[in-house]
Amino acid sequence: MNVSEFLQANAGAAQLHGPQDRIVLSSRVRLARNVRGFAFPGWAKKPERVKALEAIRPAVEKLAPLAGAFSSAMDDLTALDKQILVERHLISREHAAKSTGSGVVLNRAQTLCVMINEEDHLRMQSLLPGLQVRDAWQAIDKIDGDLEKQLDYAFAPDLGYLTACPTNLGTGIRVSAMLHLPALVLAEQVNQIIQAVNKLGLAVRGLYGEGTEALGNVFQVSNQMTLGETEADIVERINKVLNQIIEHEDNARASLMEKKPKMVLNHIGRAYGILANAHSISSKEAMNLLSLMKLGVDLDLFPSAERSLVDELFVLTQPAHLQRQFTEKLGAEERDLLRADMVRDRLRQVARPVTKPAEGGKGPAENGGAK
Amino acid sequence: MLCNLCKENEATVHLTQIVGDKMQKVDLCEACSKEKGVSDPTGFSLADLLLGLGASQEIEKAAADGVELKCPACGFTQSDFKKSGRFGCPECYQTFSDGLEALLKTMHKGTKHAGKVPAALRVVREAKDKLKTLQKKLDKAIAEEDYEAAAQLRDELKHAKEKGGQVSTS
Ligand SMILES: [Zn+2]
Ligand SMILES: [Zn+2]
Repeated sequence: MNVSEFLQANAGAAQLHGPQDRIVLSSRVRLARNVRGFAFPGWAKKPERVKALEAIRPAVEKLAPLAGAFSSAMDDLTALDKQILVERHLISREHAAKSTGSGVVLNRAQTLCVMINEEDHLRMQSLLPGLQVRDAWQAIDKIDGDLEKQLDYAFAPDLGYLTACPTNLGTGIRVSAMLHLPALVLAEQVNQIIQAVNKLGLAVRGLYGEGTEALGNVFQVSNQMTLGETEADIVERINKVLNQIIEHEDNARASLMEKKPKMVLNHIGRAYGILANAHSISSKEAMNLLSLMKLGVDLDLFPSAERSLVDELFVLTQPAHLQRQFTEKLGAEERDLLRADMVRDRLRQVARPVTKPAEGGKGPAENGGAK
Repeated sequence: MLCNLCKENEATVHLTQIVGDKMQKVDLCEACSKEKGVSDPTGFSLADLLLGLGASQEIEKAAADGVELKCPACGFTQSDFKKSGRFGCPECYQTFSDGLEALLKTMHKGTKHAGKVPAALRVVREAKDKLKTLQKKLDKAIAEEDYEAAAQLRDELKHAKEKGGQVSTS
């Protein structure tokens, strides 16, 4: 079974919704661990990496929460399989480039993913939709607790878990969340937020421009320091910050709709217009426009749209996800055409945006046009 | 603004982080940011990028006057660390321990692990912690000339040592 077939066969097991998922797309906790007696994967020669994989993979597969998991050595995966895992944010690009001596194990619900011989012997992560960093930590803490009974972890009392890169030393934990912040971007407040979050020792990743714009208005917040603090402290701090960011984004949405409704409606209406009518669209443009449509859905401007439609399109318009539906290899231009066809088709059942939120009250004070 | 790494392309990815009261900033072009794993779904590490931009000097400085250190377990050297910002094996932390603390200070909240401990080691650590607390109490009792309490604490300590000794000799 390849990755696509596994994902499709287990689509029902996947958790799609979580608390606050209008704004928090996903929460993730990753732990880095290494096994005593083996060199780190970046330094180990191939036979040693293979030996480490052979020692680690069965231990991971045995874990109860990974029953029925997809498990594969990286050299048994096609380039397309790897790319699909990258687009689903399940493995890193770096891991996708690995072959002999590396592996991946993914549970049926796609909430637990273990990379073997990435930069460290083990990079295990728990991934949940919406704001669930505490739950994600508990889930991965448990896996780690079970695994330490089978594997001899490299650990020093003073330095904690020993990792290939000293930036991960200690707890080896990285807690992160993907946030959709279109209103903070439109209101030009996102830079202030990023600076405030930086001051708390957390990093925000924004792409393009002076950090004001992120592709699809999606930002990632994550901790940077792993040594000198407990895991629980790190998780709680991020959780608190995420709640504050949600509040700011909610406020920005309300205030934009009150003070500049035309600006917001203009962006959303144009995004819909292009997505519903374009015959060629790049994945970058699609993401940016889908972000605005998602905002429209959140503001109840698309009463006829399924909530999950836009989220699905975010994933399905990515290059490898498009490619897997076709047997011949597609070029970038062909992909742009097929992407536009798919989006137009999916949006056929979605009527154009109303100019007042369906529930009324919060919308602009003018008489609405087409309904 | 030019990319800090290749110093050729226009920087479009701007990363900042504050450790203690120091602000660290890295500006990268799209190609370099991709290569450096800035788009890693599990989150990028700014300190890791800074390692590539000179922070690894701490490790070199530590042994600037001597022969180049080499890890006896894996053969990894200081210049290897300078190249990759990564160590070769878990033992390397012992081998390169001299410059390590200064390096860790530039990237972490503290230099001592405060988090999770594998269960097998936890037992040993708890026994050690108990000994330490008892010893402190005993010192205090003696300083305060509370000999009754001191005698009792000395018994407790002796008892704990006998018990703890069995655990920690493993
Ligand atoms: Zn560059
Ligand atoms: Zn070594």
